[in-house]
Amino acid sequence: MAWFKKVRKPIEPPPDKSRVPEGLWVKCPACGQAIYNKDLAASLNVCAKCGHHLRLSATERLRTLFDGEWVEHDSGLASTDPLQFTDTKPYRTRLDASIIATGLKDAVITATGRIGGVECAVAAMEYGFIGGSMGVVVGEKITRVIERAIAARIPVVIVSCSGGARMMEGTLSLMQMAKISAALARLDRARLPYISILTDPTTGGVTASFAMLGDVNIAEPRALIGFAGPRVIEQTIRQKLPEGFQRSEFLVEHGMLDLVVDRRELKDVLVRVLRFGGAGLAAPEPAPAVAEPQPPSEAPA
Amino acid sequence: MPADLLEFEEPVGVLLKEIEALSMLPRTPERERSIETLRSRADEIRTEIFANLTAWQRVLVARHPNRPNTLDYVERLFTGWDELHGDRRFADDHAIVCGTAEYRGRPVAIVGHQKGRDTKQKIFRNFGYARPEGYRKALRVMQMAQKFGRPILVFIDTPAAYPGVESEERGVAEAIAFNLREMMMLEVPIIVTVCGEGGSGGALGIAIGDRVLMQEFSVYSVIPPEGCAAILWRDSNRKVEAAEALRITAPDLMALGLIDGIVPEPSGGAHNDYDTASALVDQAISASLDEVSALSVPERLDARYEKFRRMGEEGLGFMDLDKPEPPQAP
Repeated sequence: MAWFKKVRKPIEPPPDKSRVPEGLWVKCPACGQAIYNKDLAASLNVCAKCGHHLRLSATERLRTLFDGEWVEHDSGLASTDPLQFTDTKPYRTRLDASIIATGLKDAVITATGRIGGVECAVAAMEYGFIGGSMGVVVGEKITRVIERAIAARIPVVIVSCSGGARMMEGTLSLMQMAKISAALARLDRARLPYISILTDPTTGGVTASFAMLGDVNIAEPRALIGFAGPRVIEQTIRQKLPEGFQRSEFLVEHGMLDLVVDRRELKDVLVRVLRFGGAGLAAPEPAPAVAEPQPPSEAPA
Repeated sequence: MPADLLEFEEPVGVLLKEIEALSMLPRTPERERSIETLRSRADEIRTEIFANLTAWQRVLVARHPNRPNTLDYVERLFTGWDELHGDRRFADDHAIVCGTAEYRGRPVAIVGHQKGRDTKQKIFRNFGYARPEGYRKALRVMQMAQKFGRPILVFIDTPAAYPGVESEERGVAEAIAFNLREMMMLEVPIIVTVCGEGGSGGALGIAIGDRVLMQEFSVYSVIPPEGCAAILWRDSNRKVEAAEALRITAPDLMALGLIDGIVPEPSGGAHNDYDTASALVDQAISASLDEVSALSVPERLDARYEKFRRMGEEGLGFMDLDKPEPPQAP
């Protein structure tokens, strides 16, 4: 046994920076500015000095998008560890730790509620849950919420924040890409809007399925978005990657995104895009507190 | 010949060497007989070895440089092959071949990965790593097949989609994603055969079908075992364990409900006998194609949707007893 053995830590969800910490002050990881935590929350976790977007948890994300209350769906769905996967520690242990750390059963929250008065189906991914990775539960919850949207004829908004497919569920995870894309195909053919919001990071199987399929693809500034991870590409080309590679601005420049939008303006943009998509046309403009989905609007007035 | 043998086939190699030595000597009836005996022993041992392959050994068979590839099957199963090139957007990707041909007297479109065998070909084919234009070419040809009502036959054999700068610049993720969505809606029958490595999104990007078949010793994985070992174990030498844990073999995936059938391979793997391998693939594709062609378009699309819709069901459980979905206060 070597004396100076490097302690190797397996991947773990990184400490969630977005959660408002116990301290009153948060240091911006980009510019080092100390920010009063209430100010940070008020600016949706965006640094007022440099505009750096700190990560949001799934719940915080829903709070920034919905007008008010929302109804969460399938919150009880959880992975059974179908492959009985064990690497340096059992997947079951990782799952349990993430469940305790995030208060969620898996890496996505799906919900319906109003955005700018328009009833929408929304899925927000939780990076704190095993890197926001997509396994069978993420696949099923997102598919269900899309199917729900088709049945109710309402738009879908998915906020991606994920390292990709979840290795610990093997090929089952891979197939979730196909499953969600199948539901999106039906949504598309039903002529219902789907807005994809890509946040830091969106990579791997998530990018190569639903994140890139929006009628409108919107990213937050400087988010890492790509298919292969930067380290894998560096290994392939045996070169350092240029600064800004696979960032939102790079993708918009290469024609893969419609818009890069500051989080503080995201909701306004979203509402306009939804309106263009015909969403909520059947609904009265300043929506009163009607909880039910709107009736089908096959024939627009 | 022994150069093609994989490490775990060593017992067979010993016998083959012996046979070779004997066949150098002048032929006598007695010698012929002992060669014959040795040969059948070698076959027996090989069959036994291949009946008990570990997941990692299957990976090695699936990656065998002589494993028959898309164009080998095209040569044996189809007539009147015309390769169609290019995505009409940017370039022709050589890692995915597309074309038209006749299959049992019926026009079909063929799409498949092509890895290349010798060094020159490997470079030309980019080792089977497709770029975005490969996926876009595939969809273009498949949409043409739909236009003319021709079935689509797909062969999968790729390590992954190409992880390079230009792939990202030209949107490989978008190309794969778009294929997933659009293949789901193609009205014609699609039969997918995984005949080598099913490498993650790079495979799935052309692998949506009414039937997804896997050759006995092929693999289909969310990440190569080496990559998984490097990330989760922080040591790519743990690939053998990773291959086992990921459950990537045809029997595993059959049990998980992710594929529709296993195509048997000749003794010692498809690379040992192209003709037998092709005949077995032929049988499987033809039977699947008949079943799927018998359905009406809406029935077929519904069945395709339902098939993928159910994937992962066995991994779902409920842990929730605390709250039956109350509205959340913002």
